[in-house]
Amino acid sequence: MANRYNSGMTPSRPSLCWNPATCRVGPLCFPLIGLLAGMLVAQSPDLDDLEKARLAESRRIAMIDQAIPATISVFSTDGQGGGSGVVISPDGFALTNYHVVQPCGIHMHCSMPDGRIYDAVLVGLDPVGDVAMIKLLGREDFPVAAEGDAETLRVGDWCFAIGNPFLLATNFQPSVSWGVVSGLHRYQYPSGTLLEYADCIQTDAAINPGNSGGALFDSAGRLVGVNGRGSFEKRGRVNVGVGYAISINQIRLFREHLAGGRIVDHATLGATVRSDHAGRVVVRNILPESDAWRRGIRYGDEILKIADRRIASVNEFKNALGIYPAGWRVPVEYRREESTQRSYVRLAGVHAPGELEDLLRRGAIAPEPEEKEGKDGNERNDNEDKLPESALLPTRPPIPDTVQQMIQERAGYANYWFNRQRQETIWQGCRAAIGASPAGKRLQLICEVEGENPEMQVSLSAGKSGIRIGEKAHVFDSAGDPWLQLEPAGSGGLLPALHLWFRFLGKGPASMGDVSYFGVIPDAEGELRDVLVCNTEGVQVRFFLDRDAHCLTGLEFWSSPDKDPCEVLFDDHRMVDSTSMPHRLTVICGDLYREELVVQSAEILDSPDN
Amino acid sequence: MIHGNSERQREKRYLVAKFLAARLAVTCWLASRFIISVANGQPTMIEETLPKVAKVFGSGGLHRLESWQTAVATSGEGMFVTAWSYVLDAGVTVVLHDGRRFEAQVLGHHPRLEIALLKIDIIGQPHFRLDSGTSVTPGLPVLAFSNLYGVATGNEAVSVQHGIVSATIDVATQRGPRASGYSGPAVIVDAIISNPGAAGGALTDRQGNFLGLIGRESTSSRSGLWLNYAIPAAQVDQAVKEILSGRASESLTGGARPSEPVTLELLGLLMVPAVASPTPPWIEQVIAGSPADRAGLRSDDLILEVNGTPSATRERVLEQLAMIDRDRKFTLTIKREGEFIPIEVSLNR
Repeated sequence: MANRYNSGMTPSRPSLCWNPATCRVGPLCFPLIGLLAGMLVAQSPDLDDLEKARLAESRRIAMIDQAIPATISVFSTDGQGGGSGVVISPDGFALTNYHVVQPCGIHMHCSMPDGRIYDAVLVGLDPVGDVAMIKLLGREDFPVAAEGDAETLRVGDWCFAIGNPFLLATNFQPSVSWGVVSGLHRYQYPSGTLLEYADCIQTDAAINPGNSGGALFDSAGRLVGVNGRGSFEKRGRVNVGVGYAISINQIRLFREHLAGGRIVDHATLGATVRSDHAGRVVVRNILPESDAWRRGIRYGDEILKIADRRIASVNEFKNALGIYPAGWRVPVEYRREESTQRSYVRLAGVHAPGELEDLLRRGAIAPEPEEKEGKDGNERNDNEDKLPESALLPTRPPIPDTVQQMIQERAGYANYWFNRQRQETIWQGCRAAIGASPAGKRLQLICEVEGENPEMQVSLSAGKSGIRIGEKAHVFDSAGDPWLQLEPAGSGGLLPALHLWFRFLGKGPASMGDVSYFGVIPDAEGELRDVLVCNTEGVQVRFFLDRDAHCLTGLEFWSSPDKDPCEVLFDDHRMVDSTSMPHRLTVICGDLYREELVVQSAEILDSPDN
Repeated sequence: MIHGNSERQREKRYLVAKFLAARLAVTCWLASRFIISVANGQPTMIEETLPKVAKVFGSGGLHRLESWQTAVATSGEGMFVTAWSYVLDAGVTVVLHDGRRFEAQVLGHHPRLEIALLKIDIIGQPHFRLDSGTSVTPGLPVLAFSNLYGVATGNEAVSVQHGIVSATIDVATQRGPRASGYSGPAVIVDAIISNPGAAGGALTDRQGNFLGLIGRESTSSRSGLWLNYAIPAAQVDQAVKEILSGRASESLTGGARPSEPVTLELLGLLMVPAVASPTPPWIEQVIAGSPADRAGLRSDDLILEVNGTPSATRERVLEQLAMIDRDRKFTLTIKREGEFIPIEVSLNR
């Protein structure tokens, strides 16, 4: 480049420059010097390029030095397998692959480049996305990887992987491989299992067995992905310049779900699509019980955008959805005939409730262990001598007490202990935000319904609750069979929703039946909230809480999983006596019911009866 | 006089100053452009190069036979060069980086270099220059663009890999049962660019100049190692020209036909029948004592060239023979067990 530019300069060099008369002219000296200097620089490209290369090299070394401390090697405690990982929080939460921790069980050893080995415990699993969250124990000041943004990557950007290929890191020093971003937004079909790499990053940085779970960094040393897969085939299981990393942007959407100890499912629209002869992506099939159906999407509709990403191929459709955990809500733009519609659609799980755990238990999505990791078309070594399982099982050392106390098994969870921790933290914060508990009391609200005449009177207590709109009164008596009365009509069950809300304000999760911390998902307004899911008496309430202040920002009341819930958003919190009460409630059910309730007066009465 | 002279001198100074200032501005601008291009030029260059490489889909799809490969645009009017393979046997579709799909016509192929030329109906296609004349020396940083593993579909761009040139060599023909087709000059790269589906991809320098075409997968029968190579641009350019001129002569054959041409019957050759189109020119049987037998042709030989002109198909061989007077000697280049063998044939004893 320098050469070409240089040769372009030389022929046009004006002979006037070298005229002594001109050189004597004072004012001209500065541009002349500038020109000479410019030519000097341009004419000695070797020195210049060498210095540039040295500079680039020393920068690269400094950056890798910065990135290395947060990378870990994961080892199964029986020494039978392992992989790589990367620490993302100072208290030791780290990311790796599902297929790395799967053979390890719930307890593993992690080494860091500082030469130390830490006990680690399984936290959460995303088996479909091949992601696992683990927690390293013993420090509150772990080195943390700086997080980047995979969306800003461009094909051809430099990137590098740090990990433990072939489990070489016996001295705990990881290996670094350097490469370019080969492709973006790649979709890799499930390979004989349910593992699906959607919207992933493709790199030619060497990704070998053992690199799985390790970090992919961008050229500035920021974490942009978790390496987990390679295209092998024909040549045995070594790098052929085609590795795939799960984008950190996808993992970020799952992060709190995983930190909550759950086994997280991926999202589906509840519809399948095909691309037609005109290159449009149209709905081929849609489940009538899906939210997409309830929002009006039908067979033959053309999908234009999902979460503001344009959809022009089936792969793009799968990529756009594959990055979300089940339960997320995304705007979907679709076209029928000439009109374009936009809906805010709740994504269902790819698997029915309990199905994913069943599959995990039966080993149906058990990936090949790291040493035998396979890919589509990969020749697997099936003729290995199979010894009886018991003969092969090396003994695992007993789990130390410090680890044991962080383990709680429960169906549907990778490690329920972390879910309970989250529930407690959130409820403590929420209780502080509520102030004095209204338990055993009665709440009376008089609300103006915006745009409508009769006001709404709400009366809530643990036993009996009621709503009166003008002459019309609805009573909710917990002694009866109240869950079928979804009053007022069309609201999806505002009365039972408020009844359960008041119960939660008084006694918290303990009074709400089976409670689970769900993770962070957007609410009806698109705000990201912590969510507690409570299953009680055959219905479900989801409480939405501010992620920092832990105050209640909304709830959803589900009388049935196949019907639109009653959504209530709480706003304008003011103190009533010493209890915080929202003074603006937005009630939403489906696309047709929406009421704004402005609280005119709120009273908390000591007697629960009225 | 003196006054006038100094005025002219002043005017001259002014012009020189103006000129120098302009040069300086240009210098600074160029320098800044240079620095910028060094800092983040690669992704930009790649974004400009990716549209020149297309995905090719065709026959295959059976066990271990991928039904896809890569092709490189060589003209704005939809000419693509790719590797000659079974993928091109039927229903060839070229899919551009933006997802546009085109039925492709196979214009012809060069059997020795195993390069084929495709044509789609398009204008304004971004393309490479095959004759950029960039010199390739060991150590040159390169990029490889290909649809390895068929990773890219629809509107996805092909994959990019980086590496350096390890050597420029002549690959000797391999012998033995696992011998692969390619022999000839090759650019050897340190990156693993030879992967399923990568054949027909582009090797470029870091400025995006075309250096070579990624060839078909080629392994050493002795070591089992895979050769990561590209067919140099000059050879590709030459092959494309030969294919095009081969076509040209095909359409001009009418008048020059000898009255008594060479025929298969006279030669004593039976070709593998035309079961599929196009059928490669395999020799099925050689009649004992015939001119073909005397020349040393054998069954299972594949005819690559007739008098140095590529003969891609059975039909093409027949056309070429029809152009040769039966009194004249001619040369058939055949491929036998991985070797290229020129064989002189004469109908006269």
